[in-house]
Amino acid sequence: MNINMTLIGQTIAFAIFVWFCIKYVWPPISTALHERQKKIADGLDAASRASRDLELAQEQAAQTLRESKEQASQILEQANKRSSQMIEEAREQARAEGERLVASARAEIDQEINRAKEELRAQVAKLAIVGAERVLEASIDEKAHRKLLDKLAAEL
Amino acid sequence: MAAADNEITAIYYIQHHLQNLTFGNHPELGWKFASTSTEAAEMGFWAIHVDTMGWSIAMGALFLWLFRKAGQVATTGVPGGLQNAVEMVIEFIENLTRSTFHGKNPHIAPIALTLFMWILLMNTLKIIPVDYFPELFGRLGFEYMKIVPTTDVNATLGMALGVFCLIVYYSCKVKGVGGFAKELSLTPFNHWLLIPFNLILEIVGLIVKPISLALRLFGNMFAGEVIFILIALLPFWAIWVLDVPWAIFHILVVSLQAFIFTTLTLVYLSAAHEHH
Repeated sequence: MNINMTLIGQTIAFAIFVWFCIKYVWPPISTALHERQKKIADGLDAASRASRDLELAQEQAAQTLRESKEQASQILEQANKRSSQMIEEAREQARAEGERLVASARAEIDQEINRAKEELRAQVAKLAIVGAERVLEASIDEKAHRKLLDKLAAEL
Repeated sequence: MAAADNEITAIYYIQHHLQNLTFGNHPELGWKFASTSTEAAEMGFWAIHVDTMGWSIAMGALFLWLFRKAGQVATTGVPGGLQNAVEMVIEFIENLTRSTFHGKNPHIAPIALTLFMWILLMNTLKIIPVDYFPELFGRLGFEYMKIVPTTDVNATLGMALGVFCLIVYYSCKVKGVGGFAKELSLTPFNHWLLIPFNLILEIVGLIVKPISLALRLFGNMFAGEVIFILIALLPFWAIWVLDVPWAIFHILVVSLQAFIFTTLTLVYLSAAHEHH
């Protein structure tokens, strides 16, 4: 339990150890430690930024989807409207066409009837004359009886 | 213990285990290793405890080598096992420094690290059974071998002296020599008439700091060592009953004393950096 040179020796050893530690031991480890801390902090930062970006992108996607849905329904509505319009138009056209056809057919029929009547009238007159010739067995002056026969035919 | 040797009494055994291996110039016998404690005492101040110096330097070198190695391979990526352990200690010391030391000095944390690891390693030598190394070195021809440097008051006082030098150095550096002298002479009573009184008070306070540091560590370690030696005197089948709990308890004491020494050093150095 004597106080001796060991005291001084320990102090010197302490000084050397402290110097060595300050110079060679502390800086590399401390630097590595802090750099890693910074790296981890950066990583966490990037992660949170990425998640924020993802959220933004999702929102954007939802927005786009909503817009496109709206657009699609609009287009559908327009198409529906257009198609019903077209059907209406076609129907209208068809009716008009039909009416026209009917009218022309009717006109043709009238014409035909008239022509047939004329023909009939002419033939009846002829027949009547032929019949009368036969009945009378004599030649009848066609000119003399023409007026009478025409009157008869007109009465048909 | 060497129980077979009946001539060895308990007192001799205890004294033997508490005696350092001293090398010095004996007034009558010249340069030699002291073979008795009286011889060691007669060598006076200019003798050296070879075991204390050797083991403490070995522990300091072990600490520096280990941490240097970890520092050389230190990456900012995923750390390995050694780097993890070393970084844990470094981070612990950094936090301790940040919470205790209120100045800006990048050298304080390495000083604290050196103190903490060095004292921790020196204290840890105490867990080695008390007979191993005395017996081994006895076979090699050395009379004494006390392997725990912190049970030698010279070692603890030596470190405390180093801390004292740091306190004085930083006080002078931060406040200037004049500022430091002013602090010593004009606190706590700021009156010129009370300067002598202040000086006595402050200088005592200054000197008590390293002495309390040294004696606290020394006292704890020495007392623990004595208990270990006393336990080793018991019959061999009873030793472990007391030795194991005491050793487990000392895992706490070993780290706690290193922690206390470091923390108090930080407190003192923080006070040295503060202006009043």
